[in-house]
Amino acid sequence: MATLVHRSPEVEAQEVNYLNVEHGWKSWLLTTDHKRIAMLYVISITLMFFVGGLMAVLFRINLLEPEGLFSAETYNRLFSMHGIVMVFFFLVPSIPATLANFLIPIMIGAKDLAFPRVNLLSWYIYVLGAILTLYAVVRGGVDTGWTFYAPYSSTYSNSYVLAAAFGVFTAGFSSILTGLNFIVTVHKMRAPGMTWSRLPLFVWSNYATGLIQVLGTPVLAITLLLLAFERIAHVGIFDPNIGGDPILFQHLFWFYSHPAVYIMILPGMGVISEIVSCFSRKRVFGYNFVAFSSMAIAVLSFVVWGHHMFLTGESMYTGLAFSLLSFMVAVPSAIKVFNWTATMYKGSVQFDTPMLYAFGFIGLFTIGGLTGLHLATLGTDVATHGTYFVVAHFHYVMVGGMVMAFMGGLHFWWPKMTGRLYPEAWSKFAALIVFIGFNLTFFPQFILGYLGMPRRYHAYPPEFQALNVLSTAGASILGVGYIIPMVYFIWSLKSGPKAGNNPWGAAGLEWQIPSPPTTFNFDETPIVTEEAYNYGPLEEVVG
Amino acid sequence: MTVHAHIPKVGTLVAVWAALLVATGLTSTVAYFDLGWLNIVIALLIAVVKASLVVWIFMGVRHTTNLTKLFVVAGLVWLSIMVLITYSDYSTRSWNYQPQPWSHAAGNGPAAK
Amino acid sequence: MADIVVSEGHEPALEGTHLKHHFATAAQQMDADTLGMWTFLITEVLFFGGMFASYAVYRNLYLDAFASTSLYMNVVLGGTNTAVLICSSLTMALAVRAAQLSNRKHLQLFLILTMIFGAAFLVIKGFEYHDKWVEGLIPGIHWFGYPEFPQYAYHAEILFFLYFCMTGMHALHMVVGLGLLSYLLIQARRNIFGASYYTPVEMIGLYWHFVDIVWIFLFPLLYLIGYHLHLHHK
Repeated sequence: MATLVHRSPEVEAQEVNYLNVEHGWKSWLLTTDHKRIAMLYVISITLMFFVGGLMAVLFRINLLEPEGLFSAETYNRLFSMHGIVMVFFFLVPSIPATLANFLIPIMIGAKDLAFPRVNLLSWYIYVLGAILTLYAVVRGGVDTGWTFYAPYSSTYSNSYVLAAAFGVFTAGFSSILTGLNFIVTVHKMRAPGMTWSRLPLFVWSNYATGLIQVLGTPVLAITLLLLAFERIAHVGIFDPNIGGDPILFQHLFWFYSHPAVYIMILPGMGVISEIVSCFSRKRVFGYNFVAFSSMAIAVLSFVVWGHHMFLTGESMYTGLAFSLLSFMVAVPSAIKVFNWTATMYKGSVQFDTPMLYAFGFIGLFTIGGLTGLHLATLGTDVATHGTYFVVAHFHYVMVGGMVMAFMGGLHFWWPKMTGRLYPEAWSKFAALIVFIGFNLTFFPQFILGYLGMPRRYHAYPPEFQALNVLSTAGASILGVGYIIPMVYFIWSLKSGPKAGNNPWGAAGLEWQIPSPPTTFNFDETPIVTEEAYNYGPLEEVVG
Repeated sequence: MTVHAHIPKVGTLVAVWAALLVATGLTSTVAYFDLGWLNIVIALLIAVVKASLVVWIFMGVRHTTNLTKLFVVAGLVWLSIMVLITYSDYSTRSWNYQPQPWSHAAGNGPAAK
Repeated sequence: MADIVVSEGHEPALEGTHLKHHFATAAQQMDADTLGMWTFLITEVLFFGGMFASYAVYRNLYLDAFASTSLYMNVVLGGTNTAVLICSSLTMALAVRAAQLSNRKHLQLFLILTMIFGAAFLVIKGFEYHDKWVEGLIPGIHWFGYPEFPQYAYHAEILFFLYFCMTGMHALHMVVGLGLLSYLLIQARRNIFGASYYTPVEMIGLYWHFVDIVWIFLFPLLYLIGYHLHLHHK
């Protein structure tokens, strides 16, 4: 394996690492160390997560009563800003900008990403976008939905569309730069012996994510720009009054935003591959299939966008083609689920907190994915488009999937990033709370949607109240489940037990270096000679 | 593999420059005549040839790695996906679909007129 | 493995000054920079692509209205601008070549020529935009209602919206390009570039050629739609 010497914990604890090598705000705000930049992102996206979460709590409170507790105006702004903040400022950057930023150079045996200053720039651009969007929030938000559909957003809405659109536009460039950095890094910075077939699957997933970011996000940029020009000039290409087509906006918007949902799940899948293999003490079953599936998802994600538009006016024949392609894109995801399951089969499964989140992911992502097929089917989509069925579907994949994977990844690599362990009992408890809270919030929404409750309405028929109350109760529990880890993570920074190099006994280059790592990761460039996940025969595993 | 720098010959660069100017004159000249649907086809073909010359020679793709060539092709393929599929929505909207009844014995004749 | 770059120990001492710490060799750094620039150019292809997709859709729907706009498109100016950019691409390629040959004088000369051509392009564009203003062809902001073909007024407004978006974005990229070339010129005067290090020149060259390629498509698509109709001002 690597050529590094394993030192004793006492010596490691006194060593200089990337966190304490320099002090002062300049050493953080002008850093080019990918690990420090990852921590800057952790702080920013956590802040945005709680902003978006607060909006969710507020509008779920509104939904306690059938007539709605707030006005329709207020409700529309709350769910729109919730979507914008959560999608563009939490989910899209989440794992790539934090965990992948931290780990990819280490996992491939490099000292940093290919373009460290571009990495820092991407964080500043993210912050600028966040400030613009928070300005929109503070001034009252937008009420167009996170999808900014024309002509409402371009002509009729009285809200801060331009501010929010420019905030998202800016954040898009942050995403493009991150993806560009990962692509070049994985191609050009691998250590000797680190061939593509020896890469951890986490690297494969984030590489595929980078491809999507680079190919899709520019289209979002131009779409928002065209929307802004329309709004400013009061005439444009999405305006039916002059012969423009609002559906064109939808085509351009969803060309990015559908692949975007794969930006929001692929990194999570990468985390699950790492966690499942470590806590089954077994290499990932079907490595080639899983790696290939990441690439297949990245490619196929670009030819299914029309399934968001079955009912809005696109040609039926285009809809047929998109429906078929949407079925095809489900296959690689399913392949991954089967492979993770096969990894656990005859493995030595341990129920540490990261593995609990991985279990949650596999089950909930599967439900989310299967309900997606229901929506991809033209006939059933007629009944469920624009209802809470859709809302439940995407929350199962985004929250039950990606956020769980993010939590699992945070718990798995926290000891590596901070050098500290968190309290196991509290972390397991929080995982359970999250699981219960999540299902209580979103399972009733499948039923509500199937019964016909439309989304994006502040009020609903009284017979739906019981399920809505259940959902709001679930949301409060879910919120508690997210707050508990914030508390013990912060606690662990000062008072958690010191973690050694490899508290989980995991395979991977990142576990061969100290926790936390030094600024340049490796004393000498490692020479890689073995495949990833070389856990060896189970008889050799101790305890 | 390392890419050893390829230094282009001045003659090659000037030849490409001349070809590009000739092609520009050609595209303007052809556009002057009404050839119906051929006008746009020829215009795009000439533009593609010009762009290819710039990419292949001026941008040095001829002498670059296979990976770079793959990236260039991928960019063009993705652009095509976006343009062609969006375009196909508009071109198929006018296709009519006449649903057929299950059986004429049902009584009411064809469902749509 | 094709993508692994291993040091062969041949690079001269000059490399140390430009080699960043996280790269093993100068060749690896240049490979990474090149791939990075191409990746960035792909994002630009998709960025402009959104406007090209919109253009394709509406040209298909409203061909007659689009063709009528050729009355206002100055093919002479547009064609001249195309030639100007082609010349600037030649001088840019020659600048890269000069850097590769460590010829500082030629490098500076060709950079300056490229900038002159670029500036000329923008000046001509400025005249064209001024003409559009005078004729009231700025959609929404200064639109006189398209009096010569009132039946096409709405749809022609769409074309002009796209015209200003596409040529405006292109011009913005030219301005950025001029800024980058100025930076290169300053560095060239300081004798930074030579056979062992000319990466920024080549990278900015790639960007400049890309901007030229965008115009290669804009010219026929915007200026020549209805050229065969031989529309003339009275």
